[in-house]
Amino acid sequence: MSLSRSSAIPRSALTTMAASRRSVLGGLALSGLAVGGANLLAACGGDDSGPATGDGASVKFGINEAEGSGAAYDRLAAIADAYAKESGTEVSLNAVDHNTFQESINTYLQGTPDDVFTWFAGFRMAQFAENGLITDLSDQWPIDGLGDSFKEAATAPDGKQYFVPISYYPWAVFYRKSVFEDNGWAPPETNDDFMALMDDMQGKGITPFAFGDKDGWPAMGTFDILNMRLNGFDFHMSLMAGEEAWDGDEVKLVFDTWRQLLPYHQADPLGRTWQEAATAMNKGECGMYLLGTFVVDALGESGEDLDFFTFPQLDSSIPADSLDAPIDGFCVAAAGQNPDAGKAMAKWLGSAAAADAGNNAADAPFIAANSGASTSTYSDLQKKSVEVVSAAANIAQFMDRDTNADFANTVMIPSIQDFLKNPDDIDGITASIQEQADSIFS
Amino acid sequence: MTHIDEAPTPTGAVPRATAPPQGREKKLSGRDRLVVITMVTVPLALVLWLVWVPALGSVVLSFGKWNGFGDLDTIEWVGFQNYEDIVTIYPPFWPAIQHNLIWLGFLFLFPTVLGMLLAVVLDREMRGSRFYQTAFYMPVVLSLALIGFIWQLFYSRDQGLINDVFGTQIDWYGDPDINLWAVLVATAWRHTGYIMLIYLAGLKGVDASLREAAAVDGAGEVKTFFHVIFPVMRPINMVVIVIVVIESLRAFDLVWVINKGRNGLEVIGALVAQNVIGEATRYGFGSALAVIMMLISSVFITIYLRNVFREERRG
Repeated sequence: MSLSRSSAIPRSALTTMAASRRSVLGGLALSGLAVGGANLLAACGGDDSGPATGDGASVKFGINEAEGSGAAYDRLAAIADAYAKESGTEVSLNAVDHNTFQESINTYLQGTPDDVFTWFAGFRMAQFAENGLITDLSDQWPIDGLGDSFKEAATAPDGKQYFVPISYYPWAVFYRKSVFEDNGWAPPETNDDFMALMDDMQGKGITPFAFGDKDGWPAMGTFDILNMRLNGFDFHMSLMAGEEAWDGDEVKLVFDTWRQLLPYHQADPLGRTWQEAATAMNKGECGMYLLGTFVVDALGESGEDLDFFTFPQLDSSIPADSLDAPIDGFCVAAAGQNPDAGKAMAKWLGSAAAADAGNNAADAPFIAANSGASTSTYSDLQKKSVEVVSAAANIAQFMDRDTNADFANTVMIPSIQDFLKNPDDIDGITASIQEQADSIFS
Repeated sequence: MTHIDEAPTPTGAVPRATAPPQGREKKLSGRDRLVVITMVTVPLALVLWLVWVPALGSVVLSFGKWNGFGDLDTIEWVGFQNYEDIVTIYPPFWPAIQHNLIWLGFLFLFPTVLGMLLAVVLDREMRGSRFYQTAFYMPVVLSLALIGFIWQLFYSRDQGLINDVFGTQIDWYGDPDINLWAVLVATAWRHTGYIMLIYLAGLKGVDASLREAAAVDGAGEVKTFFHVIFPVMRPINMVVIVIVVIESLRAFDLVWVINKGRNGLEVIGALVAQNVIGEATRYGFGSALAVIMMLISSVFITIYLRNVFREERRG
């Protein structure tokens, strides 16, 4: 989700236009009817599935990038073409604006969805699997070139795979090489290095961390990494699943550590977009920025002067080998018309050939999940991302993909923002999160 | 031979004979009746289908817990749980109520008064008044989403015009103590033009002889306005009151564009949207918020309708 919001202003403007108050109220009641009706329609549609691949076969491919929306669309369109050419299957592309796709995903999947559609790994995928909206793909796994960590990310709680990954992007601490060189700084290895580096930056009048949370989600990245460093990956994941207490000592420790780090962050984050924060780092006002690799998009350059390191170890008993690296990929809709064709295509989409077809067709490549994919088009940042993510023992998907969307959006965003306003009220904030978590996860 | 002096032909009496009976027994022809029936039933059906069915649907949904997956029978009925949660453990709710009320008070105090003042000034047909009219009305044409974006260029903490010009570091959109007022100024920028136009139209409709009479009686400009013109514009005032109430209750677009109605910009409309649009799908919870909003609106609607009916009875 995080990357999707990269162009915050135009997209949110679109959302607003699509969602006047009246349509909200009207939509509320009508959505129920629409969903019911759509199910009926889907049931009446019958099973007219043709062959799965080759001549005469056809598959519908729903993608969450509108035509003309840049490299992301170009890649997906090229992948669809490549599949049509290679398998002889007719692929009909259904390109939908990113936000619209995301917001109507429920009705889409319960209506007449395309056979294969773009989606994310994590809780968001598992939720659809549990509700029977997407098809079990375990008979298509293993897929050549996709390792165990990707297989795990494609697995729902029932132990079956429902997802095929294609690309990912890590979250890490970014900095400008030139700024670090000029000041004789090096990426910190230990917590002591890290604190010394930040103190040195402050001494030189540079704010150590750029920080913006106007949109609500970027600060989730800070929470994620602190929780993984302080309480470990397993605790983080079960916390996200609603199985641990939010008002327990572990979470309080995360907020308390964050409180101590806040003086090293840019002040007043709640009015600043991540693009503005990235600009502050780019201008050298701030030394570092914890964000996804999409930080490059805000800088208007290819990122040659950018480098990054993973967040250093904080607790000596917990290795610094986990990170957020949201994975994008594909699912096969259970209500699609030709599930076999969908499955066949999904398997191919996980291949190195699919990733190469996409990357060769676009100006900006993604980082392919498949280890066999060509890296010749990658920038240095992307090559390093591959190394870092391959070396990681555990990969989380980012808070708003790892937990219930209701909880992430309506509870965690306001709560983290409250914390950033009143960092001293940790007990009050964690208690409030727990109360609301009880109500949502019950 | 001439027929000029002949008595009126019997045809003259025909119209009177066939004239429809007056009063209650009036019978409509089949065609007229059909037209009337269509004119009543079609809008009625639309109102029922588009207003009352969704409204009642929201009320029903507000007693359930449903994430939108599966059929309607997967709704788990929880009674008043959603309402209880909203008023007890949902932190944005009370700030939202407060912000909607502040919004209402602010719109009444500033843009309405300012709009009225502008209308009076522009009504004097001074040079360039057309230009000013257009200039003040321009923001009304823009969508609130666009207005949010335009003002972002002024308000941005690091790159905004205001902080740049004055060398300040005020976090206009981010500081929860300030951002509501910053947004209200942006709203007022638009709302003033709207009110101005309505009053301008009202002023044009005021009978010129009233002004002359007042002038003859020796009333000054100010006195004439408050004692003669303003009372005559009572219908316009009612319209303005209704518009202000509606605008402040449905406050949504601007805060949604700015930060999706969080961090100091909570308003009920945005809370409803946060819970049911997009990735979060708390349909029951969101419906309960919508019902609360509906109840608040009905208080104002009731007051307004009572006023209108009393007016009619008196008239």
